[in-house]
Amino acid sequence: MIVDLPNTTTSAVAKKVQSLRAQGGVIALGRVLTLVVITKSGLEEEAIEAANEASREHPCRIIVLAAGSPEEPTHLDAQIRVGGDAGASEVIVLRGFGELAEESESLVAALLLPDAPIVAWWSNGAPANASQTSIGRIAHRRITDSANEADPRWALENIRNTYRAGDTDLAWTRLTNWRIKLAAVLDQADATPITAVTVEGASDSPSTILLAAWLRQALDVPVNILADAPGTGIRGVQLIKTSGIIRLFRPGHTVAELTQPGQPAQRISLPRRSLRDCLAEELRRLDPDEVFGETVRSLAISKMHQVSLQEQGILDLEAFGVPA
Amino acid sequence: MSVTYPDSNVRSGQNPLRDPRDRRLSRVAGPSSLVLFGVTGDLARKKLLPAVYDLASRGLLPPSFALVGFGRQNRTNEDLKAAIKESVKAYSRTPFSEAVWDQLSEGIRFVQGAFDDDAAFGRLSATLAELDEQRGTRGNHAFYLSIPPKAFELVCRQLSKHGLAQAEGEKWRRVVIEKPFGHDLESARQLNDIVESVFPQDAVFRIDHYLGKETVQNILALRFVNQLFEPLWNANYVDHVQITMAEDIGTGGRAGYYDGVGAARDVIQNHLLQLLALTAMEEPISFNANDLRAEKEKVLAAVQLPGDLSTHSARGQFTGGWQGGEQVQGYLEEDGIPADSTTETYAAIRVDINTRRWNGVPFYLRAGKRLGRRVTEIAVVFKRAPNLLFGNQGNGSHSDDDFGQNAVVIRVQPDEGATIRFGSKVPGTQMEVRDVTMDFGYGHAFTESSPEAYERLILDVLLGEPPLFPRHREVELSWKILDPFEEYWASLPDLPEPYAPGSWGPASADELLTRDGRTWRRP
Repeated sequence: MIVDLPNTTTSAVAKKVQSLRAQGGVIALGRVLTLVVITKSGLEEEAIEAANEASREHPCRIIVLAAGSPEEPTHLDAQIRVGGDAGASEVIVLRGFGELAEESESLVAALLLPDAPIVAWWSNGAPANASQTSIGRIAHRRITDSANEADPRWALENIRNTYRAGDTDLAWTRLTNWRIKLAAVLDQADATPITAVTVEGASDSPSTILLAAWLRQALDVPVNILADAPGTGIRGVQLIKTSGIIRLFRPGHTVAELTQPGQPAQRISLPRRSLRDCLAEELRRLDPDEVFGETVRSLAISKMHQVSLQEQGILDLEAFGVPA
Repeated sequence: MSVTYPDSNVRSGQNPLRDPRDRRLSRVAGPSSLVLFGVTGDLARKKLLPAVYDLASRGLLPPSFALVGFGRQNRTNEDLKAAIKESVKAYSRTPFSEAVWDQLSEGIRFVQGAFDDDAAFGRLSATLAELDEQRGTRGNHAFYLSIPPKAFELVCRQLSKHGLAQAEGEKWRRVVIEKPFGHDLESARQLNDIVESVFPQDAVFRIDHYLGKETVQNILALRFVNQLFEPLWNANYVDHVQITMAEDIGTGGRAGYYDGVGAARDVIQNHLLQLLALTAMEEPISFNANDLRAEKEKVLAAVQLPGDLSTHSARGQFTGGWQGGEQVQGYLEEDGIPADSTTETYAAIRVDINTRRWNGVPFYLRAGKRLGRRVTEIAVVFKRAPNLLFGNQGNGSHSDDDFGQNAVVIRVQPDEGATIRFGSKVPGTQMEVRDVTMDFGYGHAFTESSPEAYERLILDVLLGEPPLFPRHREVELSWKILDPFEEYWASLPDLPEPYAPGSWGPASADELLTRDGRTWRRP
């Protein structure tokens, strides 16, 4: 059911939500968090769809701030979706115009669930400093998506500069399955050291850069990036050991091939992850992801490796626009 | 709740990519194969094979994973693949994906033969060697005996004879056996001697799927993560505990197995006593296998049987009749059940736990078939509050009996969750109080379904994590509790008391509680 409340206030919205719950009684009762989606009017549907699906694993109230035009007269339109038009709980879309066309705590305060954590997600248009925005300050976790920005590398650099515990980025989440497979391979690999790593992926993919940075941070070896055409995502990783090369390579979008010394080649299903999967993973833990923090901040120290890397003729991260 | 287990087979200390803070990285089983004896059985078709697919689909199986079916029928690898594909499509939890299926099906093999056929085990050995070579399973193999217990001995001996039970170096061999683990203490010991003569103790995984890891962890989380319950979880506040496992079906095709076993051996000995142990045990010092088992064993060893078994136990047998709009046959009329069978289809017993925490708190356990509905639950019933304020004063409408007792009910299945029952004022001017319930369902708070018990169990076998599998000592302790009841029942000349299908058991079960001044909850 979709209920439109044009030209309204959030306390009227809160009242309506209450009465819909009392009438319907079909929505999840125990909700674990409030998800605030910050986006632009007209771009919200994709985010709502992903959030609805993720809410089946993490029942949450979804508040969508779909900012309208600041030029129009100041007013607030709201829409409540429950039942078949929402996920496990309810969706409240707030369209602010004029002076309300801007995210603010006061706009959502009446609608936040009591005593439940708040997750903020900028699905289109990351803020300059996520943790310092009005919503970001009250959120326990702040999700951006650098791959969805006009300039992904700049967005990544911005996260590095403004990182606070609790920040996270979907470019990192998209890597999880790659990281799981690589860690599982090393669980079984022989003890000879890894001497170098090559990451192959799209030149404009922040995931490629983060994967390279994570491997360099964890393995403490030179990492170079083989640049692919933009828009292709991650293609493969080679771990170069003295005993041979371990290679995890995904030519298409679903199946990867794993080759390692002394073992038969193996196929692994490694599909690109959907937005829904990534969001559900982000909502699974609400404590700061320290490993992401260290990885994204390590992008700053690439200069230290740069000289030696360039001497060896290896392309460093800086070539991809992540300045030291 | 973050649960960490000590690594047994993964050298995580040496893996620089594993950071304990990086909790996004789930553990994937190492290179290995699962050899399934009884691959054409119902359990394999409906549960095990779909669970294996679900694990693959969630990316928790290694790319080298191989699945070997061992069976008597004349089949090819392709036949088996087709059959598995069918049951995966029908029963698996995750959506079917060709990419996942391709990865899995490449490692499927079938070995034809009977359990006494030496040549067949020779072929099995050759198949595993070939898989080590072609798939990279690296000599790690788990044998899942989804077969009748009487065949365990033969299969174990065959595995040993053909060098399949022994592993060298860092390779491992594991064996998985399903309940029942014997039918009394003596037979449980014999069975164990056979299995442990072939496989080392920590390579034996006893699976009790009703106690999938999820249930066990849910109970542990409820008890020990919260500050709310544990202070009340003792004889000061608890009046008694009822543990129920009810089924609404009859023997349903398991007649051959069920007759002669009965409700107590089938369910109380394993499921209900495990639930009792989890409910009553002290807080383990960690989730590590030994610490958890140590607490369970302590409490099982402290179980005290009533002096007079005749007044503290009940058994029954369902009759034919109408159950929920359906005409059903009585136990003695079911196919494959002898007309003079004395096997009980309902059993209820009272035990006490001789510890300071539970001094004077009886635990009532009941299990049966063709009862009112399908439910497994643990009800912790609290003592009555001293009813001073709302008693016979002023409006005088309340006597003590009007107030129920507070209860915390842990529902194990279906609709896993917990319910708290407490008194509340009825709206209005008069001072009326009645019992209300506050309900928590995992399905309401987390609408995504939990993994099937078998998924967790199979993954644990491949990872070599035994914490939630019962150890042989627990099995022995459980038989020590049940054997005296069984002996007493066997000594009785009369048949189990008949009860109507769809009821909550025979009259003697109600008397068992009435005698103690209590009543069974309606689950």
